[in-house]
Amino acid sequence: MVQPLVPPQNTTRPQGATAPKVTPPPALEVAGLTVAYGEKPVVFSVDMTVAQGTMTAIVGPNGAGKSTLLKAVLGLVKPLSGDVRLFGQTLNRARDRVAYVPQRASVDWDFPARVIDVVLMGLHRELGLLGRVRPAHLDRARACLARVGMEDFATRQIGQLSGGQQQRVFLARALAQAADLYLLDEPFAGVDAATEKAIIAVLKDLRAEGRTIVAVHHDLSTIRAYFEEMFLINTRAIAAGPVADVFTSANLQRAYGGRLGEAQVAGMQAAGGAAP
Amino acid sequence: MGAEFVALSLSPLLIGVLAAVTCALPGNFLLLRRQALIGDAISHVVLPGIVVAFLLTGRVAALPMMLGAAGAALVSVALIEAVRRTARIEAGAAMGVIFTTLFAAGVLLLEQSDTSGVHLDVEHALYGNLESLIWLDATGWASLFDPVALAGLPPELPRMAVALLIVGLAIGLMWRPLAIATFDEGFAATLGLPVRAIGLALVMLAALAAVAAFDAVGSIIVIAMFICPPAAARMMTDRLAAQVAWSVGFAILSAILGYVLAGYGPLWLGFANSVSAAGMIATVSGLILGLAMLLGPCRHPAGAAAAP
Repeated sequence: MVQPLVPPQNTTRPQGATAPKVTPPPALEVAGLTVAYGEKPVVFSVDMTVAQGTMTAIVGPNGAGKSTLLKAVLGLVKPLSGDVRLFGQTLNRARDRVAYVPQRASVDWDFPARVIDVVLMGLHRELGLLGRVRPAHLDRARACLARVGMEDFATRQIGQLSGGQQQRVFLARALAQAADLYLLDEPFAGVDAATEKAIIAVLKDLRAEGRTIVAVHHDLSTIRAYFEEMFLINTRAIAAGPVADVFTSANLQRAYGGRLGEAQVAGMQAAGGAAP
Repeated sequence: MGAEFVALSLSPLLIGVLAAVTCALPGNFLLLRRQALIGDAISHVVLPGIVVAFLLTGRVAALPMMLGAAGAALVSVALIEAVRRTARIEAGAAMGVIFTTLFAAGVLLLEQSDTSGVHLDVEHALYGNLESLIWLDATGWASLFDPVALAGLPPELPRMAVALLIVGLAIGLMWRPLAIATFDEGFAATLGLPVRAIGLALVMLAALAAVAAFDAVGSIIVIAMFICPPAAARMMTDRLAAQVAWSVGFAILSAILGYVLAGYGPLWLGFANSVSAAGMIATVSGLILGLAMLLGPCRHPAGAAAAP
C-alpha cells in the first residue's frame, strides 16, 4: 500500500525533555572536498555540515562552485579529494533518503513526456525495472503535483509549460521521492513570482515536517526571508551558520570580492530584515 | 503470381522490414539523446571492420565479418569518446571525424586487397544487395510450411530476425531507466541508475542493429532508419511509447513502399530497369519525414507556443 506522503524516516524535531538524548547525525557532512575541472579547482578544501531539519542556502558569486558542490555531494562529479556523509552514511547507503532537483535548464523539455510521466520518475525506486504503474502510484504522483499547485497540468506535454511550471514539476518529482534531504540547484532561477511563492511554501512545509533543505540560491535579497542557515562559498568556504550571523557586509565582500557595494549590502539587509 | 512473389519478393521484403524496425528502435533514443550521428558513425565503420575480417580469414563468411564489424563499432565508439575528451572537440564533430576517417581507411583497404573474386565492394557496402536475397526453394505460399524449402531461406532473414528480437527485448527490459536517463541523466544518476552503462548498452544495441542490417541492406538504409522514422514519429506524438510505436510503423511503411516502388515504379514510368531497393527505401523514409514536418500534429518544437 502506498501512502500519499511518507513521514521522514528519522524524526529530528525536538521531542521535548522526555526524548532520549541521542544526537542525530548531520543530514550532510562534507570534509575537505576539492573538485577540479581540468587544472582549475572549482571547489577547494570545503568543509560543510548541515544539521537535520534545517534549511540552508548555498550562496556565492557566479562560478563559485555552488552547483559543483551539490553535484559532488550527489556523486555526479568526481571530487579530487574529500569525504561526503549523508545521515552519517556513504551516498550509496543513503541514496534513498536524498532527492535532487537539478537546474531546470539542464534538461531538454522537448522530450516526449507528460507532466505526470516526469513526476512518476520520482517513484522509480518503488516501481523498479518492470513494475507496473498502479492507480496508487498515479494518486501519489497527482498528490505531489497538487502540493505544487500543478494538478490541472498532469496530462500536459512538458514542453508546453512555462519555466516556473517546469520548475514546479521538478519539485513535484522530488516530492514523489519522499526523501529526508532535498538538494535543489537554483530552484528560483528565472521563475515567476507565483511559482517562487509556491516553491518556498512547499520547502517550508518540508522543513516543518523535519526534513532538511539545501538550496543553491542566488538572490541575496530573499535569503533572510527564506532560509535560516547560510553557507557562503567562493571556491573556498567563506562562512557558515545562521543567516543572521553570516549575512554581514564583511562576509559578502569576502565572497563577492568587492563586487557588491556597502550600500547595496545594507539595502539588502534592510529588505531581508523587513520580511517576516 | 503468388509463387513468384514468395520466391522473389517475400524474403527481401521481410528482410527490409526487419532491418528497418531493428534500426528504428534504438534510433528513437539516439535521437532524443542527440546522438543520432552515432548510428551514422557505426554504420560507416562497419566497412573497415568487414574488410579486416575478410583479410584475416580470407573468405566471405558471416560470423567473422559480423565479429569484425562489431569490433570496429566498439573501436569507433571508444575513439569518439577519446577524441571528444582529449581534443575538446564537440561530440558531433568527433563522430564525423572518426567515421569518415575509418570509412575512408576501409575503402583504401578494399582497393589494396584482392577482393575481386568475392562480392565485396564499396557499392555493396552502401546499398547492400536486398534484391538478391531471394528464396529459390520456394514454390508458393505452401513453402512456408515446408521444412526443406525453409532451409533454403537466405540466412540474412533469420539473422535479422534474431537481431530484432535481441534489440526489442533489451529496449523493452530497460525501458524505464533508459527513458529516465535519456530525459535527465543527472537525476537518473542520483537514483543510483548506472547511466554510463545504459548509454553504452544503447550504443551496443545500435551497433548490433547496424552490423546485422549492413550485410543485408547496406549502410544507406541503416543510417536512414536510425534517424528518419524516429524523427518523423516525434512529430506525430508527445509521448515516448507512442513515438516508438509510430517509428516502427513508419519503418515498416518505408520498407514495403520503398521495395515496391523500386521494383515497379520505374516500369510504371516507362523505364526499363528497376532501381536500388535500399536507395528507394531510404528515400521513402525521407519523404515520410518531410510529410511529418509539414503535417505532423506535434511538429512545432515545444516551448514555441508557451511564451514565458
